[in-house]
Order: sequence, then structure tokens, then C-alpha cells
Amino acid sequence: MKILVYAEQREGQLRKIAFENIALAKQLGQPFEVAVIGAEIADLAGQLGRYGAEKVVFYKNDSLGNYSPDGYAKILAEAVTKQGADVLLLGATSTGKDLGPRTASILNAAMATDCTHVEVDGDDLKITRPMYAGKVMATIRLSSAVKVVTVRPNVYSAVEAPATAEVQEEAAAVDFTTIVKEIISGAKGKLDVTEADIIVSGGRGMKGPENWHLIEGLAELFGAATGASRAAVDAGWRPHDEQVGQTGKTVSPSLYVAVGISGAIQHLAGMSSSKYIVAINKDPDAPIFKLADYGIVADLFDVVPRMIEEMKA
Amino acid sequence: MNIAVCIKQTPDTETRIKLTEAKTVDESDINFILNPYDEFAVEEALKLREKFEGEVTVISLGPDRVNSAIRSALAMGADKAIRIKTDSNPTDPNVTAGALAAELKKGNYDLILLGKQAIDDDHAQIPALLGDKLGIPAVSVVVKLEVDGGKLTAEREIDGAHELIECSLPAVVGAQRGLNEPRYASLKGIMKAKKIPIEEVDAELSADQLQVVEFNYPPQKNPGKIIGDSADAVPELLRLLHEEAKVI
Repeated sequence: MKILVYAEQREGQLRKIAFENIALAKQLGQPFEVAVIGAEIADLAGQLGRYGAEKVVFYKNDSLGNYSPDGYAKILAEAVTKQGADVLLLGATSTGKDLGPRTASILNAAMATDCTHVEVDGDDLKITRPMYAGKVMATIRLSSAVKVVTVRPNVYSAVEAPATAEVQEEAAAVDFTTIVKEIISGAKGKLDVTEADIIVSGGRGMKGPENWHLIEGLAELFGAATGASRAAVDAGWRPHDEQVGQTGKTVSPSLYVAVGISGAIQHLAGMSSSKYIVAINKDPDAPIFKLADYGIVADLFDVVPRMIEEMKA
Repeated sequence: MNIAVCIKQTPDTETRIKLTEAKTVDESDINFILNPYDEFAVEEALKLREKFEGEVTVISLGPDRVNSAIRSALAMGADKAIRIKTDSNPTDPNVTAGALAAELKKGNYDLILLGKQAIDDDHAQIPALLGDKLGIPAVSVVVKLEVDGGKLTAEREIDGAHELIECSLPAVVGAQRGLNEPRYASLKGIMKAKKIPIEEVDAELSADQLQVVEFNYPPQKNPGKIIGDSADAVPELLRLLHEEAKVI
């Protein structure tokens, strides 16, 4: 079984998931190569080699700096064929979730989205992925000749395993109808909850958007992304891209700090796979405490400022 | 403007998913609704119809029970409805997309709208799959949409930023929360929806290449620890996070 790891880049920077998926490919114990699509990427060999990639094909074109859904998919489908891969691994990032199915469709391959566990089982893959936003886990098999798998960020850790990466450049054809004109800078640089190692989330207990400086202050000290419950988003306190839960994002950070969140089932589904959960809520009966590794039953307006103060000390 | 909206019926978000002995999903107590992301798609279609005139056709795939989700979309204001008849939903989104694409090819649609994902299987594949199968642009996770002549401009949410995408029509657009505020069906709309016939067509289904072997509940977390009932517990919390969990 040969694996092709698609190493995603944004604005010339390789993303962490690329290294995580190389670690997964190595863990699966199968031969693997890496494919990259883009315009210019600094120190590609060095970066990928550090995590153990030996063979990298860089499909390059000056017009491919920004993602193009159909353009990238054609190139990636060709890469799978050219590089002779049976399995294509992508990140379940916003790009991977878009590029994966398009590429799969071209290859008439089946695809499993947002997988949290992948193992080799004979000549086959046994895959686990959450469904119903994590309320249940499905064990999946793909019976197509080529199998496309997008892996949830943060589930597998990038492991340094220095190797000498050979980078082969291929001039990529530019054939697309859809292209990203620009990445809108207003929101640029904000750490997204799906990629964050630590998330500090606020809910209805925050009482209003004017109190969110507490969430942001704590998040800054933790190096965390800020999240929100559906109640907070529905109330218009926070943008929907911060929403964690069934109609928002499903996350698996190392640490999830739930502040003033009671824990509706649709919220719990979206964050219950976090490695550690902290709950701060004044209601001792809040369902979030059933899931929390560490809970403080007290007024968040006392607890959070104290946390900020202690962490600054 | 001739618009198709592909919709799916899903369990509501409050549903606790129960598994059977055979490790399948027990559907007996499920309250089914119109997939929330599809509501944004229906709303956007109705807004575009208000602006450009035309017709909104709802297309869904599934067994008889799916008709109630179709009625919900009709009650919001869609004009026509087609149900592709199947005994159950295919497990492979590629199969669903194939059947939808076959039906969509029969209509002369300028725009195909749908939710960016269904909240049951969470595959989030259909918009991109339809784009490829129909050979037209597809943009998903869209939070802002403008249509002008034969062109559309969409703002797509990506991790931590937004992408601005331009493409020609016809195109597929996957709706994300934030695109609009779906209207509630009026009583008049509900009454009117009851009278609209749902056209039923036979499915062209290829074989599933994605099989669900079994479902399991997620691993149970050990019952947590309440560290304290005042802000005085904070130093202990930080110590545990540092020394026991080793996450900070």
C-alpha cells in the first residue's frame, strides 16, 4: 500500500497538518511520498525532511500560489496516478475538506472525512471518524481502488525524524475555472479553533460581548484560540466561525476551557474528544461538569480574573 | 434565475444518538428535521428569487420520511420539489452525489445551493463532488454570496480567515452558518406547501464504496474532579494543568 501525503500550504507556508500526516504515514509503516502544490515555498526540502519525508514532488506554477478548487484537484488526482499511490492523506482543514472530495471524484475514489484514527488492516484501512458531530464514532472501510482520507488536525502529533528529502519539481498545468482572488485580511492571522492546541470558550454565562476581554485575555496567556457556544453566537456576541458544537466546529485540542458554558448536548458533541477539559460554571448541575477533568463551581467573573492574575504572576 | 436546492433530512441537534445491539443507529426515537445548513441554502435561494425572479426547486434523496423535510423547505417558499426515491440514505456520499447530479442534469439550473454539510454523517463532501460531477465550479462554506449576471462572488470561510472566490455560473454553492438568517415558514406558506406535489423519481445509485462497519459510542471520560467552589481553587487548577495534565 503506497501513501501520498498532500502537504498543504497557505501563502507559501506549509501547515502543521502536513507534518502530522507524515507522522501518520510513518506510523502506518507503508511507503509514502509527499505532494505539494503551489508557487514558491521556502526551504521545502528542509521542512519536510525534518519530519522524515524522503520523496517530495512539488507541482509548481506561479499562478498556483493561491488555492483553486478545480485546478488543485486536477493536479492532485494526476499526482496520485503518477506517484502510484493507493491512499491519499490530506488534512481535514478547510482546504483539505474541499480538495479531498474533488480529487476523489476525479479518481472515482471513496473518501472518509475528518478521521480521528487510521490503521492498516491487511491490505485495507480501518478508519474511525466521528459522526453526528462526535455523538457516535463510525468504523469505516473504503473499498475503492484509491482511498482518500482527510485526517483531523491535532489528532496525530508531528514527530521530528530527520531524513534527507529529495524534492522533484514538476511544472503544473494551470487549468481552472475557480480561483481564490484574495484571502481577506480582516480575519487573517487569527488562530482557528480547529487547529488550536488550547481553546478557551465562552457561553451564555459570559452575559454579553462586553465581557469577552476575559476570554481573550485568558486565551492570550494560554496561546489559545477563542471559541464560543451556540448560545453566545445566536445572541450575536461572537462570530459564527468561533462556534464549537454540532452546527459549528468539532474540535480535539489538548485543553478545552469552558467558561460559563452549561454543556448542551450539541456543544458537548463538538468538544468531548478534547484531551483535557476544564469547566468554570456557577451551576453545580451543569452537564459540562460530567465531562470536565477539572471543574470549579464558582462565578466565572471571580475565577477568570484570578486565573489571569495568577498566570501573569 | 432557475435555482435548485439540494436538501437532506437529519436528526435534530438535540437528538441523543442511540445504537442498536447490531451497532447501527437506532432511528426509532429520532426527531427528523431539515438539515440546518440546508435551511441557509433554501433562504439564499429565496432571496435570489426575490431579486432576480425565477423558480426554486428542492431536491432530496431518501425514503418517504424525507418528504417532511421537503415540506419544510416548500413552506419557507420553494416552488417545486423532487424526491429521488431510495430505501435509505447511501453510506457513500459519492453515491448520493452521483444520484443528485443525474437529476440536476435534467434541469437547466443556473445555481445549485445546498448546505456545506449534513449534521448527521458530517462528510461535507457533496458540494465539491457535485461540482466535479457536473463539471462546474463549486464553492463551499460560503458566508456571503453575490450574483451578478453570469458571475458569482463568494466569501468562503477557511481556518482563521476568509477567501474571496469568483467564478462563472452555473455553479454549486455550499452554505455555511452566517450566510443569512433563515425565515420561519408562515402559516400561509405551510398551507400552500401541502398542496405542492412532490415529484418522485427513481434513483440511479452506484455501489457504495464507503462502508460503515459499525458505530460505537465515543470513549467515556472518567468522572471529573471538582477542584473547588471559589476563585481560591485557581492555583490548584493551574498546578494540575501544569503537573498532572501537562498541557500548560
